[in-house]
Amino acid sequence: MKKVMMGNHALSYGAMLSRSQVIAAYPITPQTQVVELLSEMCADGTLAAQFIKVESEHSAMASCIGASVAGARTFTATSSQGLALMHEMLHWASGGRHPIVMGNVNRSMAPGWSIWTDQNDSLSQRDTGWMQYYCSSNQEVLDTVIQAFKVSEKLMIPAMVVLDAFALSHTYEVVEIPEQEKVDKYLPPFKPAIRLTPSDPHAFGGLTGSEHYFELRYKLQKDMEKAPALIEETGREYEKLFGRYLGLVDPYRCDDAEFVFVTSGTAGFTARVAVDDLRMSGVKAGNLRIKVFRPFPFAKVREVLQKVRKAAVVDRNCSYGAHGIFYQEVKSALYGEAGMPPLFGYITGLGGRDITVDTFKEVAAHALSKDKADEEIVWIGVKK
Amino acid sequence: MKKEKKMTLTLPADELMACGHLACQGCGATLAMRYMLKALGQKTVLCIPACCWAVIDGPYPYSSMDVPIYHCAFETAASTATGVKAGLEMTGDTETTVVAWAGDGGTFDIGLQALSGAAERNEDIIYVCYDNEAYMNTGIQRSSATPYGAWTTTTPVKHFKTRPKKDIVAILAAHRIPYIATASISHPEDFFKKMTKAKGIKGTRFFHVYAPCPTGWKSRPDDTVKLARMAVQNAYFPLFEIEDGLRTTLNLKLKEKKPINDYLRLQGRFRHLNEAQIAELQAEVDARWERLLKGCGA
Repeated sequence: MKKVMMGNHALSYGAMLSRSQVIAAYPITPQTQVVELLSEMCADGTLAAQFIKVESEHSAMASCIGASVAGARTFTATSSQGLALMHEMLHWASGGRHPIVMGNVNRSMAPGWSIWTDQNDSLSQRDTGWMQYYCSSNQEVLDTVIQAFKVSEKLMIPAMVVLDAFALSHTYEVVEIPEQEKVDKYLPPFKPAIRLTPSDPHAFGGLTGSEHYFELRYKLQKDMEKAPALIEETGREYEKLFGRYLGLVDPYRCDDAEFVFVTSGTAGFTARVAVDDLRMSGVKAGNLRIKVFRPFPFAKVREVLQKVRKAAVVDRNCSYGAHGIFYQEVKSALYGEAGMPPLFGYITGLGGRDITVDTFKEVAAHALSKDKADEEIVWIGVKK
Repeated sequence: MKKEKKMTLTLPADELMACGHLACQGCGATLAMRYMLKALGQKTVLCIPACCWAVIDGPYPYSSMDVPIYHCAFETAASTATGVKAGLEMTGDTETTVVAWAGDGGTFDIGLQALSGAAERNEDIIYVCYDNEAYMNTGIQRSSATPYGAWTTTTPVKHFKTRPKKDIVAILAAHRIPYIATASISHPEDFFKKMTKAKGIKGTRFFHVYAPCPTGWKSRPDDTVKLARMAVQNAYFPLFEIEDGLRTTLNLKLKEKKPINDYLRLQGRFRHLNEAQIAELQAEVDARWERLLKGCGA
């Protein structure tokens, strides 16, 4: 069945089709419609889940953790300040190995108050041990929630499904809603090996000395390293059932490209239009959209970029005192590898300023005019 | 022939807390846990935030308990327990009692928001605050449960705490939750009876349990039960229950309300107080007691 829906509702439908059992959430613009629809679904019985209307995002994640360790499939959604408030509990969720899936609508951090999009909220949570998927369409949002549960529950690592504020959260698109029966086949019920139950009493997360802690974190990283292959495998499985592939990266016209944009989020689809235009004017352009940020798809990025002459990473974020964050990651993927192209780093679109086809043309014009980058950050569209 | 005296064991002999835990000598919080579990039984899950009990249970991979524990973040006892209850119910377990078990810092201070949220929603959990009147696990720093006059490492004798203890029970009563009780480790039968009663009630149930701490109070480990009993008898910590936030019942009537002096004298944390200061604390205890009696309709 096809339905015209906003990105936020695509998250709700993803959580519903995944048969989430406990949802604990707190409202924040621009995420509210996600939980509004889910609370309706819980109220009218469309979804057999408990909806806990907590008093903060910190409590939302704490309740999700409690529900997850008790053995329930658990979902929440937030944005920006709410995600930042959860920070402590994000470490708790991954450190405790609770496979919660959370939607995060990318919204700029205050002050000044902003409800518009950039990626600094989710990228600030880079090192919390969560998987992060960045989406570019409402269809991808819905599909990714279902896949994220499958991967997370296999690895016992939580995952964030990220979408741009307004550019996706409030934009209506046609979305194919997968049949529940097929989703059930793809995503069987959550059955953790151990859970919090009086019939098999254990103490979870107690005082852990230096004799054991190191190994627990080593195992988290080792399992995170299994994620890229698992995401590709479960992505292909999804494609077989639903006809849409969910991979680590999404290369567009990269096979014969000489110049490639590296993008994420909705800007990753805008870049495709710029690529088509540039090709009309004789530039062999391509676009490498990074879908999964954690674990970072190092091998896939190298595989695509080793064939091109120049690459321009377009960041809608900034690590203050360093550079654009995707730029840093791509750079670290290329470092020390022979035959890699010069890399250019661009920052644009902070606080929801539009990223348009012209933005990408400006990026291309700059990168193509130079042999190599003479600065680590080139600001596009800023009033200096 | 001399008549043989018989004592009846009024509490179940079953123990769900084993020896080998890491509590200090004379720890009141340990007795509190033991008595609670006697009432709740094995179908119980504990959510324990940062507090002495995060350590007492034993380090990974050990536990001194026969019930499962989730060690949660400091301010999340109530919100984690809420999630655990929902998770258990959604996976088919509607019987297990879910307990948030926190110290006074995790209840009066950092966990108050989550507790208020859970209480307002009337989550089906039992929240127990074992109160030793300071952050004992981090080394005796003042909390908002620390009483007037007490020394702690952050309220030195030259600058002791001059504000009264926060009235946590009144705060919870204002949420109109179905059941609130105070309890003391000196009165296990009363504690057991009220915990058993609470087990049969649905919704948020709150226990404020008095748990002396020899380490932080600078008292003798063998005075723990005595101090707890004195606090009940001098009305510093009276035993009562509140139903639906409205109906208050005194569980132990005092024939003679003793002055607090003897109680204070056994604790190093009050040693610096002069007579006027003791009188101030006494006046506060008296006023609180009067309010309680008035609340009971006495």
